[in-house]
Amino acid sequence: MTNVAYVALACGLIIGFGAFGACIGIAIMGSKYLEASARQPELINTLQTKMFLLAGLIDAAFLIGVGIAMMFAFANPFVG
Amino acid sequence: MAGTATEYIQHHLTHLSTVKQTSIVDFSVFNFDTAVFSIAMMILALWVLYSAARKATTGVPGKWQCAVEMLVEMVSDQAKSIVHGDRTFIAPLALTVFVWVTFMNAIDLIPVDLLPAIGSWFGIHYLRPLPTADLNGSLGISCGVLLLMIYYGIKIKGIAGFNKELFTAPFGNFILLWPFNFLLNIIEYIAKTVSLGMRLFGNMYAGELLFFLIALLTGMLWQGEIGMTAFGVIGQFFAGLCWWLFHILIVLLQAFIMMMLTLVYIGQSHEGH
Repeated sequence: MTNVAYVALACGLIIGFGAFGACIGIAIMGSKYLEASARQPELINTLQTKMFLLAGLIDAAFLIGVGIAMMFAFANPFVG
Repeated sequence: MAGTATEYIQHHLTHLSTVKQTSIVDFSVFNFDTAVFSIAMMILALWVLYSAARKATTGVPGKWQCAVEMLVEMVSDQAKSIVHGDRTFIAPLALTVFVWVTFMNAIDLIPVDLLPAIGSWFGIHYLRPLPTADLNGSLGISCGVLLLMIYYGIKIKGIAGFNKELFTAPFGNFILLWPFNFLLNIIEYIAKTVSLGMRLFGNMYAGELLFFLIALLTGMLWQGEIGMTAFGVIGQFFAGLCWWLFHILIVLLQAFIMMMLTLVYIGQSHEGH
């Protein structure tokens, strides 16, 4: 396998594993939000603000990984 | 603009800087485009808020004053619920962070080739207009937040109290635990700063790169390397539209997260452990 192949595999693994964690995290948080809004509909608005904030935090590590994978794909600092 | 897809993307990813960056930490590199665009967005943000404040009336407000008032009220409510202390500096700081980061992120919504094309008329051949997609820009903002965390920690607790907490939280006040407490506190500060900056950087860099890739769908039609196809043109329109609409949400959400985390970190430095 060439170096280019290894870099492509690495980018795929970074994005794949990150997406795995981020999606499961958002799914669990979303399901708790839906449960809570079914139990207490008056809290829907306050919880919605906090839910968006948490969504951004959960996606953070995944998007940092996407940024690094894109950097390896297009502007690889270890080559040349 | 001859070349392949990779060259197109690499051309767009090159900064207008003093020297080419050779290592991860290189202090001789100064990215002019990041500096100019972030200062320009700051001036725009201050002008927008000032123009609303200048014409503010206590009677029936106009639409512009209403919009700015809603924004200020939202930020003020968040600050009131998170920071328990003197908010006369912190709430406007949060408002500035929100509006400034929103404007800087919104540069990503301008078509990808427009600003570099205008730059090439003036002889600027490499232009990366998005300041927050540069790691320097995002980490700069979060280093500012780090300095504020330390400043408020020392101001609220005093130098003696701040040092005491640095060495005794969270495990307790035993002399054998002082190195571990200190190490954990240092790691906590570094993790907060780095995660704050890199979250914004990762979101904006990935968004910008996706715009480049969508732009490549049409290809450089007069070079024949990639060629323009019907699929490409229609695909670029729809993919670009969908990603553009989603990116508006990301722009606002990341600015909101930056503001909330600034408030949360400064609020945490007000309280003890």
